[in-house]
Amino acid sequence: MKYIDEFRDGDLARGIASAIAREARPGRSYNLMEFCGGHTHAISRYGLKDLLPANVHMIHGPGCPVCVLPIGRIDNAIALAARPQLILCTYADTMRVPASKGTSLLKAKAQGADIRMVYSSADAIRIAQENPTREVVFFAIGFETTTPPTAVAIVQALELGLPNFSVFCNHVLTPSAISNILESKEVRELGTVPLDGFIGPAHVSTVIGSQPYEYFAEEYQRPVVIAGFEPLDVMQAILMLVRQLNDGRAEVENEFTRAVTRDGNAKAKALVAEVFELRRSFEWRGLGEVPYSALKIKQKYAAFDAEARYGITYVSVPDNKACECGAILRGIKKPTDCKVFGTVCTPENPIGSCMVSSEGACAAHYTYGRFKDVALVTAAPDQVLEVVR
Amino acid sequence: MSEVRKGYIRPVDFKHGHVDMTHGGGGRAMAQLIDELFMKAFDNTWLRQANDQAAFDVGAGRMVMATDSHVVSPLFFPGGDIGCLSVHGTINDVAMSGAVPLYLAAGFILEEGFPLADLKRVVESMAAAARDANVPVVTGDTKVVEKGKGDGVFITTTGVGVVPAGIDISGDRARPGDRILVSGTIGDHGVAIMSLRENLTFETTIRSDTAALHGLVAAMIAAAPRIHCLRDPTRGGLATTLNELASQSGYGMVIAEKRIPMNGQVEAACEFLGLDPLYVANEGKLIAICAAEDADALLAAMRAHPLGRDAAIIGEVIDDPHHFVQMDTSFGGRRVVDWLTGEQLPRIC
Amino acid sequence: MCLAIPARVVDLPEPGVALVDVGGVQKRISLALVEDVACGDYVIVHVGYALTRLDPEEAQRTLDIFAQAGLTDQEAA
Repeated sequence: MKYIDEFRDGDLARGIASAIAREARPGRSYNLMEFCGGHTHAISRYGLKDLLPANVHMIHGPGCPVCVLPIGRIDNAIALAARPQLILCTYADTMRVPASKGTSLLKAKAQGADIRMVYSSADAIRIAQENPTREVVFFAIGFETTTPPTAVAIVQALELGLPNFSVFCNHVLTPSAISNILESKEVRELGTVPLDGFIGPAHVSTVIGSQPYEYFAEEYQRPVVIAGFEPLDVMQAILMLVRQLNDGRAEVENEFTRAVTRDGNAKAKALVAEVFELRRSFEWRGLGEVPYSALKIKQKYAAFDAEARYGITYVSVPDNKACECGAILRGIKKPTDCKVFGTVCTPENPIGSCMVSSEGACAAHYTYGRFKDVALVTAAPDQVLEVVR
Repeated sequence: MSEVRKGYIRPVDFKHGHVDMTHGGGGRAMAQLIDELFMKAFDNTWLRQANDQAAFDVGAGRMVMATDSHVVSPLFFPGGDIGCLSVHGTINDVAMSGAVPLYLAAGFILEEGFPLADLKRVVESMAAAARDANVPVVTGDTKVVEKGKGDGVFITTTGVGVVPAGIDISGDRARPGDRILVSGTIGDHGVAIMSLRENLTFETTIRSDTAALHGLVAAMIAAAPRIHCLRDPTRGGLATTLNELASQSGYGMVIAEKRIPMNGQVEAACEFLGLDPLYVANEGKLIAICAAEDADALLAAMRAHPLGRDAAIIGEVIDDPHHFVQMDTSFGGRRVVDWLTGEQLPRIC
Repeated sequence: MCLAIPARVVDLPEPGVALVDVGGVQKRISLALVEDVACGDYVIVHVGYALTRLDPEEAQRTLDIFAQAGLTDQEAA
């Protein structure tokens, strides 16, 4: 697969890894946060930690829109799906997120709610067209990458005259989350969570461009390198961050130049601005209320706003007391610091959202990382395998 | 005045009819359905005797029995359907012991309202699969449940076979130094099914690999009678099945990602949907574990068979108290490949 | 987050729609968020929409940078 396989080349990886090892100064600690869940996944799946020197530490950030979706909003979605004749369309990622009283969208579906997994907001529009006598609600989640597709659907619904279609909007914003982390007590005052630099999200940046991160680099004096999703992109971004930190620079650099520009996608941004506006505040699971961090549908499109249409009231539901997702999302704790990790809370039976999404810090560690806590048997069967063929 | 032909029974309407509760009631309607559909499609000496059971002689050797229930949705998919899948699945379970599959039994649970045209299609597909495999369906049963209580049709198949003397194939027989082989590309079936789910369709058709593997197994045993383990990686995929074998045998494994055969389209579809092919179901592939000295002969025999053309040696069994399955990634690191947790769903994030 | 993959545009069957190909698998996607896409272009696809074009020159430049990183100072000189 072009533009995918070349960016997964093992030989090039070793080259970048040796450069990182050469340039990371001994005696200095490099604490880098990869904000984006997709980067967490890449780091885990390709075992990138093995290729980094011991003094380069990766901290998993909250860039997983499923992980930060509060229980109360899933409850709202389940309540919508329970309405007679209503069809709830959702991305598959939300299906297993645990909501109140041990429910989830998957369980609600098993009990008869008409919940349909879709690949695209366009599918939800089609379902609305095919079922004119039924109410269709699209459960919209995601950061700035996924927001423009929702905007397109809403505009289309207006143009097509689809009175039975609406959107339950839960879109959130990346810069606000980064601010929230950098403003947290542990980072800003206490310094208990050392955070030296960020790997910026790949596809969010194709939409918003590299420009919005310039504020963070400047205000908080921390370098940001925007990286693509493939493992070589991540390795290169780490190298670039190490170099910036060595040089004492705090700039925004773009590793993902093949898809990200400074200004991003003007057409997509305009469409989002046309349909959405900022919410004063929005609760993020694990982070609490974050000001100006989420979007709601503008008055002009209120007819397609499920919250207005169905009079949805949000009730905040606290996480299970034992759940440490909040601290983990902010990089303050690690999955292994959580008492219920791997025992009560597993991917089969997730207590908190960090375990549900495959890119949540806990799920990633459970699936790929917990074996590192155990001494692995290193056998070398390669010479054996070369015998055949 | 119209005349009614004596002895005339209106035939079952397979074009427009639907399953209703009388088809499971034990009365005439059920008998007629069995006669006009099941008996006609499967047609063999046992069924013609019209007993509630089938009697047959069994040759010398250990008898093997396996059963499988099939609840796949959608019922029809490129490369197959629930009918042939149910025949292949049980034949394969029997064959994984090294046994020659001999006979099948089939139980149907039909949902009220299920179109008879679809049922006919499923049954005829089963019959064709059984004929091609030379394993007849000798007995069966039909029940009907109320609308809403079934997914169209559920099929349970049970198979029996006999293991020739001297063959001892079992999941606990892997030993350090053994080679791990796979008979062909992985992930085909699961991706074919997933990509048929509403809203995940591609313009490109990805076909299920469903197939009866007993012919391949027979060729393999002829070339390497001391095979240690055989298993087909169905639900949970290659990764889960390797973990099962590692656990049963009490050893670990190391496999090489670049040696695992994969269809380029299946790989691409997994990228689109965010799936990991190691965990995707297969219905026409098997894993074999044998002593190192038998690996070459076994591989050659597999590749000579139509269902094993893409066979490859992918790894080795090692001594490991944790029974981990480790994989050398194409990227250059080593990671542990765990059991599948939960059900793999597509993702956007 | 935001699983997106580079795909090649192989056909433009109707306005606003592209047929893209990744490794032999083809899918219809929306072009509502991009402009001036032509057959043969590569686009980044997320949830059924092209988000942006992929720049092949930048892609090559990035791969060259990766290769450079692996060289020691002496080799690079």
